[in-house]
Amino acid sequence: MTSASFQQAFAEALGAGGSRTAFSDHPAFAVYRNTVMRGCIDALEANYPAVSCLVGRDWFRSAAAIFVGEDPPRDARLVAYGERFADFLARFAPAFELPYLPDVARLDRLWTESYIAPDASHLDVASWRQADPTAMTSWHLTVHPATRTFATDLPAFSIWSPSRAGEAVNGDLVWEPEAVMITRRNHEVRVTPASPAVLSLVHACEVGLSLADAIRTTNDAHPGTRIDLLVPLLVEAGAFASS
Amino acid sequence: MTLAPTAGIGFKPQHADDVFACASPALWLEIHPENYAVDGGPRLALLDALASRFPLSLHGVSLSLAGETPPDPVWLRRLRTLIERTQPVLVSEHLAWSSWDGNYLPDLLPFPRTHEALSRIVEHVDRTQTALGRRISLENPSHYLPIDGHEWSETAFLSELARRTGCGLLLDINNVHVSARNLAADAHDYIDAFPLSFVTEIHLAGHAFDEGLEGLLIDSHDAPVATEVWDLYSYTLQKTGPVPTLIERDGSVPSFPTLLAERDIAQAILANAHGRTP
Repeated sequence: MTSASFQQAFAEALGAGGSRTAFSDHPAFAVYRNTVMRGCIDALEANYPAVSCLVGRDWFRSAAAIFVGEDPPRDARLVAYGERFADFLARFAPAFELPYLPDVARLDRLWTESYIAPDASHLDVASWRQADPTAMTSWHLTVHPATRTFATDLPAFSIWSPSRAGEAVNGDLVWEPEAVMITRRNHEVRVTPASPAVLSLVHACEVGLSLADAIRTTNDAHPGTRIDLLVPLLVEAGAFASS
Repeated sequence: MTLAPTAGIGFKPQHADDVFACASPALWLEIHPENYAVDGGPRLALLDALASRFPLSLHGVSLSLAGETPPDPVWLRRLRTLIERTQPVLVSEHLAWSSWDGNYLPDLLPFPRTHEALSRIVEHVDRTQTALGRRISLENPSHYLPIDGHEWSETAFLSELARRTGCGLLLDINNVHVSARNLAADAHDYIDAFPLSFVTEIHLAGHAFDEGLEGLLIDSHDAPVATEVWDLYSYTLQKTGPVPTLIERDGSVPSFPTLLAERDIAQAILANAHGRTP
């Protein structure tokens, strides 16, 4: 048996579908199979704590094992593993009775993305305050690499927030759409409720509009928004980078 | 910078506050680069803070040097960036494979130690040391079952690998004990045959009995170092003299003071081994 054929047989035997070999028939082979599977499931459990809290550890680990079979890690940095777990939950029949679960998973994932995103200095609040208002309209604000936004048709944030902390969800949920902004400042990821206008403004900056155009676009989509108050709040939250 | 032959601890993030408050002299720490090689954020900031206070050892688990394909150039670049950033005193990996067909298999997998495997691993280690611009050390793995087709003993294989690539060796004494038990071999014979002059670091850890299979030991890192492993460690140090030694703990992680007390046992044994030269 060549080295390549040995490793192929070994790797296949680690999954369910491998053919029988001398080593995979050995009872101790289960140590390898269990270690590989446990490593992947542990990583998903660490990366999706709100989902795990909602469905319970046993349900989570059973679902995770199926996901691992379909979408094993490609990168050894397991903190980033499970990028497509929310999409998996959205088509995973046993999860259909929890329609908010995929969006809760998306919030866990966005938290991770913010957590491991590149560092960049934030747009300074003081320099923002001192800037000439007429000159500012031609500015192009750079969205900080750790900033994310998310809109959901369900109260997914109200469900995610206590679940992420391992707490029970309040029974009297208001069943309406929610939006959030995720920022990272002083090495702490924060997920805060946001208005649709905030999402619109951040998105406009992301696609490269000048601040004046971003404000105009946001105003058109969300008339009556106090953008003069909105922008400083976003700057303070750390949504923008310094350049 | 070389590491004094003192005892270190595998760093766990839950111990961060205790570690930074620790006044214990000559403490050094080991981390898995896979957990810190991210683009930015709190993990990288923690690693920077550790590197500015303590000698660091980067102990990789994913290079898959015994794999069929060469080490991933993207990962090697990330590793080099992390090395330049933290200036570690030691960089190590395993004599094992952990990726197949682009998928990462989070374990350290065995292979037949053939001449073909040796040539391939020599090439992978050469490639790694060139990409990283430094020497690495390779760790002896834990074994759970017999593999057919070996053309080399593990000790002779490691010796030849070190001779041909200039790499160092990381001797994991717990792995020696676990493998000897599981394969019905003699741990002292293994140490006697080990090319000790290449050893740059020793690992100590706890193991567990498998729940299903009677007599099978698992390299679980979830218990204190066992008496037999301490004995084997002392036996090894009689031959090598003092060598930087790490206490690894990954499961059922105790408080930092408990781990530090275990590290102090290793430190005392090391102090006793002074005066002997490798």
